[in-house]
Amino acid sequence: MSLRGEALLWVAQRASAALLALCVAVHLATMIYAVHSGLGAAEILSRTRGNAAWLGFYSVFLLAVVVHVPIGLRAVLSEWLGWRGGTRDAALGAFALALAWLGLRAILGVFG
Amino acid sequence: MSVLTVRVWRGAEQGAYQAFEVPRRASQTVLDVVTHIQRALDPTLAYRFACRVGMCGSCAMTVNGVARWTCRTHVDSVAGDGRLEIAPLANLPVIRDLVTDMREFFDKWARAKGRFSGSRTRGDDFERLAPQSAARREVDAAIECIGCGVCYSSCDVVAWNANYLGPAALNRAWTLLRDERDRARAERLRAVAGDAGCHACHTHMSCSERCPKRISPTAGIAGLKREVARAALRGEL
Amino acid sequence: MRSGVRARNHPAFWAFLVHRLSGIALALYLPAHFWVLGLALHDAARLDAFLRWTDQPLVKFGEWGLVLLLAAHLAGGLRLLALEFLPWRDWQKSLAAAAAGAALVVSLAFALAL
Repeated sequence: MSLRGEALLWVAQRASAALLALCVAVHLATMIYAVHSGLGAAEILSRTRGNAAWLGFYSVFLLAVVVHVPIGLRAVLSEWLGWRGGTRDAALGAFALALAWLGLRAILGVFG
Repeated sequence: MSVLTVRVWRGAEQGAYQAFEVPRRASQTVLDVVTHIQRALDPTLAYRFACRVGMCGSCAMTVNGVARWTCRTHVDSVAGDGRLEIAPLANLPVIRDLVTDMREFFDKWARAKGRFSGSRTRGDDFERLAPQSAARREVDAAIECIGCGVCYSSCDVVAWNANYLGPAALNRAWTLLRDERDRARAERLRAVAGDAGCHACHTHMSCSERCPKRISPTAGIAGLKREVARAALRGEL
Repeated sequence: MRSGVRARNHPAFWAFLVHRLSGIALALYLPAHFWVLGLALHDAARLDAFLRWTDQPLVKFGEWGLVLLLAAHLAGGLRLLALEFLPWRDWQKSLAAAAAGAALVVSLAFALAL
């Protein structure tokens, strides 16, 4: 990859990390609240279904995840498995797409 | 008189530890121990040293698994149980016994553009630098590096990524980038970007932990990351 | 020759290791997490069965573990952002300890909420 490309990957990783810090904080707080309130699955779904605000939030969350996770794995693959180059990046791109697809299905299932 | 049991690496990449018994003395340094072995027990032992007083960095070796200057390491601080294990610096090819091939270390220094590049000639007046300026203070905090290789030897990313320039080279590049007299900024940023450059640093901080001059290459590398990112976003890379 | 375990025995290295291992674990967990939630789309019965399975104590413990991993990864990540973007100060070394503490607090909150 070009020098500029590598540098922009680093920027994307840090930017998505900052966004995820906010999203994860909200997500954890929500989970702790839900568990503490003893909400069952049916109750949670009744609150989330058709909720545009939550749908919007989790879409942004998903976008940040799809950027952050593959770039994070990239270093692990090259440093610990010795996997470098085009095939590694292609595999990570495929993983990103798969993650995005599964994530969208989850969002639609819970908030649609 | 008590005795130290010292295991010393013999051979090159392939080899084995050889055990010696060395008399323990007050205020003894690890370099004293190695010197004793070579002079009194086995003249075929190969090792490096020069100043013996913590100025040149030539005597750096791996002592009980950790990279150190052997002339500045008291036996009392590392061999509590009377045992020492001495090996050559890690992450470098071994020439023989405790001597490593430092060429790659200095090649990477050059690849990181670790050489000053100014614009004045001897005919010009001196350039004036304010010693207390923010940039100069950053440079001063990192400029005392003597190229001993301890940080390079302690870095796991160097071990995991053969092309990684390493903490010393990147630290030097940082001091030059922040040098107001330097004129090679664009070239330097390109030299330290990429898979082999500053972005490969994962902030293990083993370099900062082990540096005998108490330099923190991690700080400089963080600065490089910011500078390279800025240049990339502006299309200057 | 390779560096030894003793050379790595300091807080910043453990912070890195926790950050990387938790990241890998979360990366492996996420596809499964998304897939299960996606069951709500077409297969409500299967989702219900799965959610009943999660009532088991061992699964609850696993959920707590995941929260711990997420909190640890978040705390470690914030530490990195501080080290890379804020002006350098030597006390930043102790951010590793702060991050560990924060992660534990969050996971405790989750555990106690149970």
